Amino acid sequence: MILADVWFVALAVVWVGFLLLEGFDFGVGMLHGIVGRDEEGREEAIGTIAPVWDGNEVWLVLAVGGTFAAFPSWYATMFSGFYPLVLLALVGLIVRGVSFEFRAHAESDRSRRVWSATLTVGSLVTPLVLGIALADLLHGVPIDTAQEFVGGPGDLVAPYPVVTGLTITLLCLVHGAVFLALKSGGDVRRRATRIAALLAPFGALAVVVFAAWTRFGYGHGAPAAAVELAAVLAALAAAGLAWAGRWAGAFAATTLTIAAVAGSLFAELAPRVMVSSLGPAGDLTIANSSSSPYALTVMTVVLAVLLPVVLLYQGWTYVVFRRRLGRSGPAAHPPRAMPPGDEGPVAP
Amino acid sequence: MSSVELARLQFASTSIYHFLFVPLTIGLALITAIFQTRWHRGDRDDDLRLTKFFGTLLVINIAVGVVTGLVQEFQFGMTWSGYARFVGDVFGAPLAMEGLAAFFLESTFLGLWWFGWDRLSRRVHLATIWAVAVGSTLSAAFIMAANSWMQYPVGYVIDAGTGRARLTDIGAVLTSPVFLRSFLHVLLAALVTAAVVVLAVSAWHLRRASSPEVFARSARVALLVLAPAVVLNLLVGSELGVTEGEFQPVKIAAAEAQWTTCQPCSFSLFQVGGGTADKDPTKLIQVPHLLSVLATNSWDGKVVGLNDLQAQYQAQYGPGDYIPNVFVQYWSMRVMAYLAGLVALLAVWGLWRRRRLASSPWFLRAAIWALPLPFVINTAGWMLTENGRQPWIVQGLQLTRDAASPSVGAGAVITSLAVFVLLYGLLAVVAWTLMFRHARRPPPAVDVPDDAADAPVPAPSY
Ligand code: HDD
Ligand code: HEM
Ligand code: HEM
Repeated sequence: MILADVWFVALAVVWVGFLLLEGFDFGVGMLHGIVGRDEEGREEAIGTIAPVWDGNEVWLVLAVGGTFAAFPSWYATMFSGFYPLVLLALVGLIVRGVSFEFRAHAESDRSRRVWSATLTVGSLVTPLVLGIALADLLHGVPIDTAQEFVGGPGDLVAPYPVVTGLTITLLCLVHGAVFLALKSGGDVRRRATRIAALLAPFGALAVVVFAAWTRFGYGHGAPAAAVELAAVLAALAAAGLAWAGRWAGAFAATTLTIAAVAGSLFAELAPRVMVSSLGPAGDLTIANSSSSPYALTVMTVVLAVLLPVVLLYQGWTYVVFRRRLGRSGPAAHPPRAMPPGDEGPVAP
Repeated sequence: MSSVELARLQFASTSIYHFLFVPLTIGLALITAIFQTRWHRGDRDDDLRLTKFFGTLLVINIAVGVVTGLVQEFQFGMTWSGYARFVGDVFGAPLAMEGLAAFFLESTFLGLWWFGWDRLSRRVHLATIWAVAVGSTLSAAFIMAANSWMQYPVGYVIDAGTGRARLTDIGAVLTSPVFLRSFLHVLLAALVTAAVVVLAVSAWHLRRASSPEVFARSARVALLVLAPAVVLNLLVGSELGVTEGEFQPVKIAAAEAQWTTCQPCSFSLFQVGGGTADKDPTKLIQVPHLLSVLATNSWDGKVVGLNDLQAQYQAQYGPGDYIPNVFVQYWSMRVMAYLAGLVALLAVWGLWRRRRLASSPWFLRAAIWALPLPFVINTAGWMLTENGRQPWIVQGLQLTRDAASPSVGAGAVITSLAVFVLLYGLLAVVAWTLMFRHARRPPPAVDVPDDAADAPVPAPSY
């Protein structure tokens, strides 16, 4: 059973990693139209995440594929039971995912506006829906003893999951604004800092509500309480540091906040992976939904070998693109690759 | 339609759509890497222009490949939860490895390549496009390992307690003969696809005498990739038929609409009629012995007919219909093989004229019109593979109708199917408009590249 526990922790870490990394991508996506008043500003905002968002999104692919491999029943029950939520999240991911490239190659202001709008909406819908889905795991949905979801769409949108989804979305906004404060310059940066300072206290408030609700509604066990406490402290610190204009510190704090908020869901879940609202007999647990020891051993070896390598080269990417983007910089397209808009006359 | 049929329709249409973009990504990443390597070695501006020109097509294509792949990743759980529970222990492993080993590599290095022109040294920058090519090839390897296990399950036992498949030997899964051959077949198919696209785009420009020196170069590279890839794939494909004859005999018998057992067996070029209910189609132009050779590699090989196979399966698995849609099998095999033959002829023709492409208007015309062929061929190939497995979702172990999600009703699937059809339709229009528009431009001009990472960066240029 030890390996199954390892995989539960690993998947929690992968989800957390996804939310931290893609969190600022979502935030920047939601904010780019607000911090960038003109086309140049919007491009600058998008330019801060353009080289990395796709690699960040693979953390989600790994979370889903890893769940399939390590906990097939969890994967089966969750994605069939949460059908409408999963569909919405996919729509969000699709429209957002193509917006970057379609926008970059758009030739009219009108189509750029369209792809800006889809980028914004996709970046908003995705964390909201994924947040609701993650909280539903803990809140509980009707699952029978055969591990089948037996509820309807209405069972997926109880108040606690919705509040969690909104909290995570708000945290992505703050995280993204702080990220922009670190990575952009000029007007874009000025607006981003103002938004960050304005939203961070609301983020902290939301985290307090979330943590209290989680503790008193769903809490069991001291370790989870510590994670919730960490979430509150980190959120307060983020607000303070954002007010003080200490952006590196604020970024560390928003990172920690998101990690602790998502982490507390998993900490409260264990040893269950999906709670059944019909009683403990329907609960999916680490034990009753995991793969066989052999499969888990194979996956653990693969993870232990490959994950450090992935972390190394993803980390290196951030070093390569570490420079702050100012008014004059970085081309969202390789500078010498394409003359503006890679246009030129169409051949006769 | 029942929710199982709807789920099949949804899985089939989203997979086929994903696979319109996938082979172009795999093949074009490699061809772009070849252009950039030539530039790295020879320092000719033309090669750099080609790298950037086709690299742009690559990134637009990947944008759609990635988002449609995401849908696939969730779908096994959404509509096939019975399947996911039954096979997750075996099937999940290659899928998770694909994420870890392939997608991270592909996505991370694509960002580094596209945005790293002025931040990385020339050598490191060249390595990033190769990493993208390796990543996409690896992803094909893992997903084909997963898919091949559905065609020919190995390295597992059925757990006595749970009644589900349990992995016992990952090595067997990753070295299954069906996997090794179909992976090779898909990889070559990807090269064929990308080479035809590069050739068609180049031919279009050559016909208009736009940047002829540049596009004569890319056309020659495309031909040098295309010719061996397509010829090899004819061989690998026929070997795949033999493999299939051994492990999934019903597939190959259905592909020939062979109801009665024969020895030796002839191959019909065309037939009239021949649905599953029509057991006596009119076969036109029979080539003696060819089916024996294709299915068994021997002149007088025996092919067991569908009637005998059906009787054998009923004895083995109980009453039921174990024969896939014969009409679909028969024609997808022929569409794939005949069009593949056409592409092979085109490649030979092109190689013959390779030094005077610009003055071969008929060849250029044919090359432009060949553009849709690989996409049709690929789709037919997957229809052959996947439809031929029916009624099983995992050959011999689980029926498709037992694999669907019990908790997902027809209404939910209709909704998601409508959403995907609408969204994918829009993506196709936008992505292909952008790609066609880009493909008709001259390749971008380049100034002398310099590697100084601190050089002032020009304004954003979308
Ligand atoms: C033979 C190759 C092949 C096949 C059969 C499939 N794919 Fe695919 N897939 C790729 C080859 C590929 C690729 C070439 O690696 C893609 C296309 C564009 C890209 O960027 O990566 C990709 C993208 C892609 C992504 C996005 C990766 C990212 O975020 O970077 C996911 C999650 C999947 N695929 C999953 C699947 C699943 C679950 C499939 C099974 C139905 C599937 N693919 C069939
Ligand atoms: C991307 C290329 C692929 C294409 C074009 C494709 C095509 C198809 C088609 C046409 C069907 C429907 C069969 C029918 O209606 O009779 C189907 C079904 C299916 N395929 Fe594939 N397939 C692809 C890849 C895969 C892979 C890689 C897997 C697994 C790893 C897979 C798993 C399935 C499943 C689960 C179904 C649904 C159940 C069924 O009808 O058998 N497919 N696919
Ligand atoms: C340009 C050449 C070709 C391309 C691009 C192509 C493409 C494909 C693709 C994408 C598939 C589905 C994936 C797979 O199962 O591997 C497939 C399957 C298949 N192809 Fe081809 N093909 C080509 C030529 C041929 C030829 C000439 C033959 C036989 C004479 C052939 C025989 C097969 C067989 C038997 C399958 C089914 C494999 C299975 O059921 O697992 N292919 N092809």
